[in-house]
Amino acid sequence: MLVMDPDTDIGGPLHKFPATNHSAIAGARSDDQLTRRRAFDTILTSYWKPAYKYIRLKWHADNEDAKDLTQGFFVNAFEKNHFAAYDASKASFQTFLRTCLDGFVANERKAGRRLKRGGDMDHYQLDFATAENELVASDLSPEDYFHREWVRWMFTLAVDTLRQRCEESGRTIHFQLFERYDLRDETDVSYASLSNEFGLEPATVNNYLAAVRRDFRRVVLEKLREITATDEEFRTEARSLLGVEVK
Amino acid sequence: MKWLSDDKLNYLRTVVTNPDFGSTKYTFIKELGRGGMGTVYLAEDRELNRLVAIKVLNTPDITEDLRNRMVREAQIIARLEHPGIVPVHDVGTLPDGRVFYAMKFVRGSRLDEYAAVNDSIRDRLRKFQAVCDAVAFAHSHGVIHRDLKPQNIMIGSFGEVLVLDWGVAKILRHGDGEMGRHGDYPPVPASPHLRVSFDTNAGTIIGTRDYMSPEQARGEIDQLDERADVYSLGAVLHFLLKDQPKPGRAAEAICLKAKADAKENRYSSASELSADIGRLLDAEPVSAYRENAIEKASRWVSKNRFLVLLVLAYLLMRIFFVFTSRP
Repeated sequence: MLVMDPDTDIGGPLHKFPATNHSAIAGARSDDQLTRRRAFDTILTSYWKPAYKYIRLKWHADNEDAKDLTQGFFVNAFEKNHFAAYDASKASFQTFLRTCLDGFVANERKAGRRLKRGGDMDHYQLDFATAENELVASDLSPEDYFHREWVRWMFTLAVDTLRQRCEESGRTIHFQLFERYDLRDETDVSYASLSNEFGLEPATVNNYLAAVRRDFRRVVLEKLREITATDEEFRTEARSLLGVEVK
Repeated sequence: MKWLSDDKLNYLRTVVTNPDFGSTKYTFIKELGRGGMGTVYLAEDRELNRLVAIKVLNTPDITEDLRNRMVREAQIIARLEHPGIVPVHDVGTLPDGRVFYAMKFVRGSRLDEYAAVNDSIRDRLRKFQAVCDAVAFAHSHGVIHRDLKPQNIMIGSFGEVLVLDWGVAKILRHGDGEMGRHGDYPPVPASPHLRVSFDTNAGTIIGTRDYMSPEQARGEIDQLDERADVYSLGAVLHFLLKDQPKPGRAAEAICLKAKADAKENRYSSASELSADIGRLLDAEPVSAYRENAIEKASRWVSKNRFLVLLVLAYLLMRIFFVFTSRP
């Protein structure tokens, strides 16, 4: 029988990272400027890339236009506090944001304006070049494409957060195992080969991977919690994102 | 940040969704089926070196109350020790907080799959009677299933019948058997309508539309009793009879009585229904149908076929002798 070493969990002895229960959507409604800024940062981080790709696909914008429209949309939303108007009883936040984005692009196109980049967005390092390289033809509807890209981006961010936390807690080997096994491109990686490669007992490889996957799950749910407004929406999005039914 | 392909993304979703049995004695093998409330996985019990089916609640953020209720559900089902009820071996909590319980892994086919390749009406009725007996046992312990349907009934490799998925079962009262007596189990509260399922507020509809009683379909949760299961059993019987060219009037009457809209007109219990099925199989008169004289005679002949054949043979011989002995 495999016995868990209590020290094998990157979340520490309680097997938990510090819980992140705050909702950025709730923060967007705050009267406090700093809280609203943090909420905006979270929303921007979570949505800029799917928004950029969506504009490229649905609105057939070239990459320069799509960059301007993406930045312009988020700057405008923050300045006018649009996200505070979100009503969870009417739609998911994702749908709300996409609808706002459509409205914004349609208005800009109608007005024939040429948006200027920069300004309040200067300190954000949005890697549009990478986003551009990731664009692939898709048979999905624009709405489904937006959702798919959002899910992809959520998981990408979760992997990155997991990496940071593993490094901060001195458990880089856990992440390396996760990277080698769960993010691998090759098909010939096994627990046995990892055991040889890292000089670990097979049971330790098993335990480390179980622990890091547990933390990955936790990070994904934390990210989801951050960008949903209510428990109900969190559950609905969990169902959509993870395929789990929640009562 | 590394771009995640569609395949990688789908794989990571399973990494997040699949249960982490890391701190248990089970090794994950594969998903068996997904329901509204829980997902059942095939796993290996490493200590006993056997396969088990493990049900895990589908929720990413289980509350203490929900956890306690699922544990209680597992305990209640575990106490329903009957050959027709899938046994619960173990209950526990996964590292992510989700509750699971391990059950016997039943090899075989679901009743609907079984019926597709076994069209003998007598065989189907025998299987159905076994289902009724298992449900009657649960009723005698104050438990109603509330989601009986062919997909929740397994026919094992040796013909054994097992009723599965007690996930929305409801406790009506303390049973006549062992429940609440053993000191090693927490006592079941004496509330007349203790509910163990997770969504039993009045107005909530639980079950499967084609197999649920009218009161269940209306969400009248507080009105449900054993007769709701009797209705579902009637629907299962209907499923088993519908492709039979001549199921017989008595069989149809049993089905209609079990499926009566008003619960007062149904069998009062699964054991009554089982008894009628037994009488049907033994060619005895059933309570659901009043026969005319011809039908009575026909049933008597059918039941005493050997005797009738003997008498006929005797009479034919006599006639033969009468004619052949004439000068």
